[in-house]
Amino acid sequence: MEVDVRAGLEKLAERLGGVGATLTGAQRLSGGASMETWAFGIEGARGREDLILRRRSVPFDEETARSISLASEAALIRATGANGARVPDVRHVCDAADGLGEAYVMVRVDGETLGRKITSDARFDAIRPQLARQCGESLVAIHRTAPPPGARLKSVDGLQELDRYEEVYRATGAERPILELAFQYLRRHTPEPVAPVLLHGDFRNGNIMFDPEKGVAAILDWELAHLGDPAEDMGWICTNSWRFGRPDRPVGGFGGYEDLLAGYASAGGRKIELSRVRFWQMLGSLRWGVMCLTMYLSWRDGMVKSVERPMIGRRVSETEADLVALLEEGL
Amino acid sequence: MITHPRTEELVESVRLWIDEIRPALDPRNAFLARVAANALATVHRELTQGPDAEADAVRLMAGLLDREGGHAELNSELCDRIRSGDFTVETPGLLAALTVMAKNQLAIDQPNYKAEGSL
Repeated sequence: MEVDVRAGLEKLAERLGGVGATLTGAQRLSGGASMETWAFGIEGARGREDLILRRRSVPFDEETARSISLASEAALIRATGANGARVPDVRHVCDAADGLGEAYVMVRVDGETLGRKITSDARFDAIRPQLARQCGESLVAIHRTAPPPGARLKSVDGLQELDRYEEVYRATGAERPILELAFQYLRRHTPEPVAPVLLHGDFRNGNIMFDPEKGVAAILDWELAHLGDPAEDMGWICTNSWRFGRPDRPVGGFGGYEDLLAGYASAGGRKIELSRVRFWQMLGSLRWGVMCLTMYLSWRDGMVKSVERPMIGRRVSETEADLVALLEEGL
Repeated sequence: MITHPRTEELVESVRLWIDEIRPALDPRNAFLARVAANALATVHRELTQGPDAEADAVRLMAGLLDREGGHAELNSELCDRIRSGDFTVETPGLLAALTVMAKNQLAIDQPNYKAEGSL
């Protein structure tokens, strides 16, 4: 069913802003394959509010999807925010009366999310040395949050993650010696599982809004939240594909491992060995390599037509270059 | 092969044309046009660097497997040997060979990518 988002937002303006409130400057920001983001404003008796609508544009099956429902996402943002994580304020979770399908509204946060700007733009030179530590602190607030009831989060440890991605890799039919070697190596170096905690699941440079004065402004994109090893969130932000041209700064292209770990410890997080983070970092490169293969397949099999997809398939070799260097260094 | 123009020149001419019309496109198509131009740049590099990269890979894999063969069959056997645990990171020459193959492929796919350990 085609949803008229603009009409839905006009209705929402009165619901959120009171009688007579009007919609201003509604604009679609980005289009993922399954998710839409809209910026809009509401002008009403109480003044102006700048808001963001996040809505799913394709049907969602909670049983088979890797991502969580948007209602769960909103609940997680509220729960982690109440626990001290820097997240956007969830203003409203949409229901049937809104006619917008699965969606929620947050208060707009100012800042930068483009990874390369954060690693290289002079505006971030002063704050950059503090960002890795702040990321460590932010993760503690997330990891010690009790999962909200009804969020139906999946739990995954290192071995299960390897199994899952190896199955996906085998199903692609691709034969890549470096990916094979990474699977074998990681299987032999899987750390002992730890008690699972709430994970953001996609904690990387690009999904965090940074402010040039204050640093971490808001942690975004919660759709892959799940339960697991706290080092998974740390390893993913250290995966080189998200360092945007600065492999010499392992944390997001802006900081060092020691700052991330020190920030985590100083905020009261449990002690985490660097080798555990490196395990998840390497698994992160492997996972991204397999994901690139599946993006190519989605084009080959006619599910997505965009030229972007086969080109992402050629990003497998970036993960191979990273993996072979990590295999050489060891964890 | 015909030389006036060569295949890579045809590809290059289309890439340059895409770059020329890009500024006039709407944001979504401007983005996709940039991706398309990048795809043609990759094709161009594969045409010019691909044969040497493949020859390197065949030579290195033949050395590891101690037999002659084409790229596809050697690659397939190498994957099997790694998957079975016969070849590991300790296998002499394996990581060195894979490093050369990875660098060659990256030079075709994403020459500007700064890989782990490159800075």
